[in-house]
Amino acid sequence: MASEYRATAPSRTEESAAPSKGAAEARARERLSRRSRREMRFSPYAFVAPFFVFFAAFGLFPLLYTGWASLHRVELTAPTEMEWVGLRNFARLLDDDFFWNALHNTVTIGLLSTVPQLLMALGIAHLLHYRLRGSMFFRVAALTPYATSVAAATLVFVLLFGRDHGMINWALGLAGWDGVDWQNGSFASKVAVSTIVVWRWTGYNALIYLAAMQSVPAELYESAALDGASRRRQFLHVTLPCLRPTILFTCVVSTIGAMQLFGEPLLFNGSAGASGGSDHQFQTLGLYLYEQGWVNLHLGRASAIAWTMFLILLLIGAVNWLLARRLRKSEGASA
Amino acid sequence: MRAPKSSGAGRQLHGGRWTYAVLVVFTAVSLFPLLWTAIAASRNNTRLAQTPPPFWFGGNLFRNLEIAWTDANMGAALLNTVVVAGSVSVGTVLFSTLAGFAFAKLRFRFKNLLMLLVVGTMMVPPQLGVVPLYMLIAELQWTDRLQAVILPTLVGAFGVFFMRQYLLQALPTELIEAARVDGASSLRVVWHIVFPAARPAMAVLAMLTFVQAWNDFFWPIIALTQNGSPTVQVALTGLGRGYIPDQSVIMAGALLGTLPLLLAFVVFGRQIVGGIMQGAVKG
Repeated sequence: MASEYRATAPSRTEESAAPSKGAAEARARERLSRRSRREMRFSPYAFVAPFFVFFAAFGLFPLLYTGWASLHRVELTAPTEMEWVGLRNFARLLDDDFFWNALHNTVTIGLLSTVPQLLMALGIAHLLHYRLRGSMFFRVAALTPYATSVAAATLVFVLLFGRDHGMINWALGLAGWDGVDWQNGSFASKVAVSTIVVWRWTGYNALIYLAAMQSVPAELYESAALDGASRRRQFLHVTLPCLRPTILFTCVVSTIGAMQLFGEPLLFNGSAGASGGSDHQFQTLGLYLYEQGWVNLHLGRASAIAWTMFLILLLIGAVNWLLARRLRKSEGASA
Repeated sequence: MRAPKSSGAGRQLHGGRWTYAVLVVFTAVSLFPLLWTAIAASRNNTRLAQTPPPFWFGGNLFRNLEIAWTDANMGAALLNTVVVAGSVSVGTVLFSTLAGFAFAKLRFRFKNLLMLLVVGTMMVPPQLGVVPLYMLIAELQWTDRLQAVILPTLVGAFGVFFMRQYLLQALPTELIEAARVDGASSLRVVWHIVFPAARPAMAVLAMLTFVQAWNDFFWPIIALTQNGSPTVQVALTGLGRGYIPDQSVIMAGALLGTLPLLLAFVVFGRQIVGGIMQGAVKG
């Protein structure tokens, strides 16, 4: 900490220049520099203060208070009356079939959306990396789904996935297949919800991968080419290893996104509310949290769900970190 | 694939026919749902309940847009969203630049600890604090007021991190020190040196924040209602839940809610793409 406490360091050089001047001037300078020293010491705090004030009030406090609220019985109708119940909200969750169903759905939809999305993004990024005519057009076009809101995108896809008159079933029909009940099918509905996520985020991730690819040093490709590596091998042995940090980053971000998936399953259900389908077949944890809190009015239980989600994320993060470390270690050993 | 002597670096290779073919298909899939939103918005409910679905525009676009604008509250929603996304962008850019500057170039106590806190919270989904946040705004009687969605999103960890990374390399420390020696106050330094140096990153951050605030979903549908002062996303949710049971009007609403951002993408697409790619390398 002591080494950090050096806010005054630059002004010391000012002082050392002072003695050569006249005495009055030096005094004036001294006064000025004392003021500016004080100002310099405190101004950094003033600069970070607005951020941390808002952050504390609307970020940190709610997060911690969620933990506190999860130990209480709180109803939406009277949010200030809290009755201590200890861990009962959590115990209830473990016994709650809807919770396990929601967790299962979240994981399934998470895999169905994240894996194809990132793989496709890698492929698209690889193609965008070539020298192309109209490359900026392709990039902007790839990003337009990202500009489309969850709500607007889901509303369109509800129509496209319509059972009787939707375009996707119509196309399947042309190919000689039976129509799928995208809304009521247990697996089909998860595929449909995942499709919306994949549509919105593939281009965005492709651009992130593209950025990483562009920062791979060209010499690496040159020497690989000199060694006679084919393009495919260059991709596998030069591009992918260099992209590993970025891939890890997108995996983490997508996992967090998948964990809190909410808008797509909410609106995919049309007017039927937050149940996630007639049989809860695509109710995610985020949706279940909302249903408990704002449909069933149990804010305490909603908080318990929120904290459970947080713990699951921490767990995933820890596993991720361990895996990454292990990977790096084994790589270091083989190199 | 081909001979290794072809100019080495992967970037310099020209895309082949298949590259274009795949990219054209990908682009078509990316754009089609948006195009079809407009097509569906120009039809009527009866036509949308027929097979095969329509592939070209009908004559009902303006009628549907009008219904969505007035009956589904989309007009007010658009105005509200401009206010919300505008304030959030201004606040985020201003506060993030100040904090990012402090983290990048100034020395102060607990700096590393505070920065760690900022980075750590980037990984925490905002959903997790939503219950107390709701209690808070209920206590303040802010439900259905725009400040309920503006204030909680006014700052973001990403912005601080983004500006810090940018200023670390774009702002020469000697410049600040020189101004200091000349007796410039911190505010003058910020105004005359930091802001001009940060301008490109501020513009990018403003655009990214605007898109995000425009499309923010979870918190607004808790804090606002369809008939109070909805944002676009709240109004669209109302539409999706059967507020107006006419699919072509719903699509008109979706179109209205998306069009402003799409237009911004047509104009600023290059900058937004650049900003996202820039943020990616840093992040």
